[in-house]
Amino acid sequence: MLKINGENVDAAGKTIAQYLAEAGYNQVRIAVERNGEIVPKAKYGETVLAEGDCVEVVNFVGGG
Amino acid sequence: MDCRPVPSREEILAALEKKQGGVATAKLQAATVAVCGLGGLGSNIAISLARSGIGKLILIDFDTVDITNLHRQQYKVTQVGLPKAEALLENLKEVAPYVRYEVHNEKVTAENAVRLLADADIVCEAFDRADAKSMLVDVVLERFPQKTLVAASGMAGFESGNAIRTRKLTERFYLCGDGKSDVDQDIGLTAPRVMLCAAHQALTVIRLILGEKDV
Repeated sequence: MLKINGENVDAAGKTIAQYLAEAGYNQVRIAVERNGEIVPKAKYGETVLAEGDCVEVVNFVGGG
Repeated sequence: MDCRPVPSREEILAALEKKQGGVATAKLQAATVAVCGLGGLGSNIAISLARSGIGKLILIDFDTVDITNLHRQQYKVTQVGLPKAEALLENLKEVAPYVRYEVHNEKVTAENAVRLLADADIVCEAFDRADAKSMLVDVVLERFPQKTLVAASGMAGFESGNAIRTRKLTERFYLCGDGKSDVDQDIGLTAPRVMLCAAHQALTVIRLILGEKDV
């Protein structure tokens, strides 16, 4: 198990890209923080989620 | 108006020291901050930081002032149609003439961000589009390991201002806003709520410059 946006998720072993696609996120509108670091977009496909990870997906909304 | 005397650099500095303290003012004077996007967030952030005596502001926007901007952005009716970068520079010089300003009338992209933002200690994301916000986070945090980014998401609508807050997501990434109110849901933007979010961003920048890294 790992935590994504505060919820326990069974996603260990998946890449961030796989998780985002399954969860329905649009990659051009988000930022992904994993264990205190922002994961560059270019690394979503190669970064594998591990047991105990703490992840936040920031889904940006429009306005400014 | 034009014949009224403008206070000298020394007088403005003395006034800042009186209100903010000498140590804080000296740190602010030594800082360079970039503001990406000069709309409701960016124009208000820039005014706050300029008044606070930031040493140098890098101001970037490709857009022109529209009549629908006037209700929340720091522009005048006589400036409709002017490039925002140019119009904001005029207004900033009237309130804080001794800040060093570098303005760019162009769109920030993943390709030019490295050139535009190279001199900044801290970068403010003040775009309106969600995809542009996401792009800037990616570029700044990947390409500039020494810089801190203060971004915003969610300041639309008429809900309570208490929902707008500042979060520290990483050591170099701060996010202001309510996180959910979305202009794409057709809920509009109103001056005080956008200004609240801009004030969160400006205050976060100032606190970071003073060495206060917690929120």
